[in-house]
Amino acid sequence: MKRIVPIGPYHPLQEEPEFFKLIVEGEKVIDLEINIGYNHRGHEFIAQKLTWDQIPFLVERICGICSDSHPYACVMAIEDAAHIEVPLRAQYIRTIIGELERIHSHYLWLGLAGHFIGYNTVWMWVWRYREPLLDLFELIMGNRNHYAINKAGGARRDILPEDYPKIEKYLDLLEEKNTMFTKAVLDDPVIRARLEGVGILSREDAVAYAVLGPTARGSGYAIDVRKDEPYDAYDKISWDMIVCEEGDVLAKAKVRLLECFESIKIVRQCLKNMPDGPIENRVEEIPAGEGIGRHEAPRGEVFHYVRSDGSNYPIRHKIRAPSFMNIPSNEVAVRGYSIADAALVLAAVDPCYCCTERTVVYEDRKPKYSGADLLRLSWQKTETLRRRYKR
Amino acid sequence: MKKEYSREILDQISEKFPEILVKVHGPRRVYIRIPREQLYDLARFLHCELGFRFSIATGIDTRDGIEILYHFSHDKAGTFYSLKTVVPKDDPKIKSLADFLPAANWIEREVHELLGVDFTGHPNLVPLLTAETWPADLHPLRRDYRDEHEKMDEGRSRRGH
Repeated sequence: MKRIVPIGPYHPLQEEPEFFKLIVEGEKVIDLEINIGYNHRGHEFIAQKLTWDQIPFLVERICGICSDSHPYACVMAIEDAAHIEVPLRAQYIRTIIGELERIHSHYLWLGLAGHFIGYNTVWMWVWRYREPLLDLFELIMGNRNHYAINKAGGARRDILPEDYPKIEKYLDLLEEKNTMFTKAVLDDPVIRARLEGVGILSREDAVAYAVLGPTARGSGYAIDVRKDEPYDAYDKISWDMIVCEEGDVLAKAKVRLLECFESIKIVRQCLKNMPDGPIENRVEEIPAGEGIGRHEAPRGEVFHYVRSDGSNYPIRHKIRAPSFMNIPSNEVAVRGYSIADAALVLAAVDPCYCCTERTVVYEDRKPKYSGADLLRLSWQKTETLRRRYKR
Repeated sequence: MKKEYSREILDQISEKFPEILVKVHGPRRVYIRIPREQLYDLARFLHCELGFRFSIATGIDTRDGIEILYHFSHDKAGTFYSLKTVVPKDDPKIKSLADFLPAANWIEREVHELLGVDFTGHPNLVPLLTAETWPADLHPLRRDYRDEHEKMDEGRSRRGH
């Protein structure tokens, strides 16, 4: 007998409100319908009424977690339209901030994934070491979030040489802790049992749904804008693209954890090779034409397209966040798994942390599973596994 | 490998589709203008045979009609190809790519509601972003659309803040 389990649309853990309608038979998910648009703010419409200088500040506010990615892609689109060169030092500064942001975003995901499977220690630990990174952002750019570092033609702020040791000190701490997390997460048999073989997205589906970022790389689909179309400092330093073949939640977690090491490597090299010089080229005007900017955000490629008619305002600004491509792939990833796993699978692409607390199962129009029950269900499964592994 | 568009791919495309108009914007950016009847076949050729990744579609309300761009990424060469076509405003129809490309499903729904383009053959062309109560014939990204706020400011400059 088919039943419907609605998840969402609003939940404090979610960055974006989404509505997932799970169609279940017993405990097994047989289909999924996704509905979005609960928080459509019309950024593309607003952008048409702002000047080129104001737009990076607008797109910065699309997402609080990727607040570097959108302006990054946006200024690259403007630079592409106007054929503007970026000074070398600005390229390094942008790369450093982009990579530090990747670490804090992956840590946010890891912490919440830990919370979902009932490992609150992982959650507390990870966020404990994410905190100094936000302090570091405040030190460099004056804000813990919404850093406003990108500007068409360069960077808005310089990283002062006296701050280098502080960043390096944090990277040393992070490398040690990230090794600990990687071991803790990948070697724990219970976590393994919860994540391994769950929510598999095959490579064929990854290609058909055109998924991006760690979701694609976890399914053996090796795409990364930083490697494919290197921009700024990414082709001036050595680093590796992390790809896992399995396509399950564990593979996605592995990609994210190992990517943090690569980010540490990139930031260290950038600090070491940072050239002196100006941090911006003045942009006089944006000629008529069009431009495309692509940046590898923590969740995948962010795409911005701008068209100019030579005036001070764009006539079209198209924004595509990676989650727009990643979320529909849940349709195939969640099918066939149990409800206890659904919250985790839906969260694995890192669009949102499925609002288990808003989930209600209706049976004869009366709530069957209410409120926090789904989270409890997930925790129970971990508890059973824990007992089985005697941990 | 040098990250640049390749002559061979462009030759291959123009051999199959002689009516295209290619504009090279930079070493990694190529814009291809194509009549709307052939866009589906070209997109299918790029995705299924050359292995391009579908990135997104964009719709723009222009003087000549509604311009639709399908952006494809050639990840191996790090280049970006945008297919451009214009559909007239009195007959805004184009064949949907969603039947072979599930990734195009959502964005076509978005372009449909925001610009009023009909994607023929789309499996589920219902509004994606706007509220259920939003009128079906009101398209926010059309040039003639004005929001409530702007209607109140009637007479002042459109961009006046």
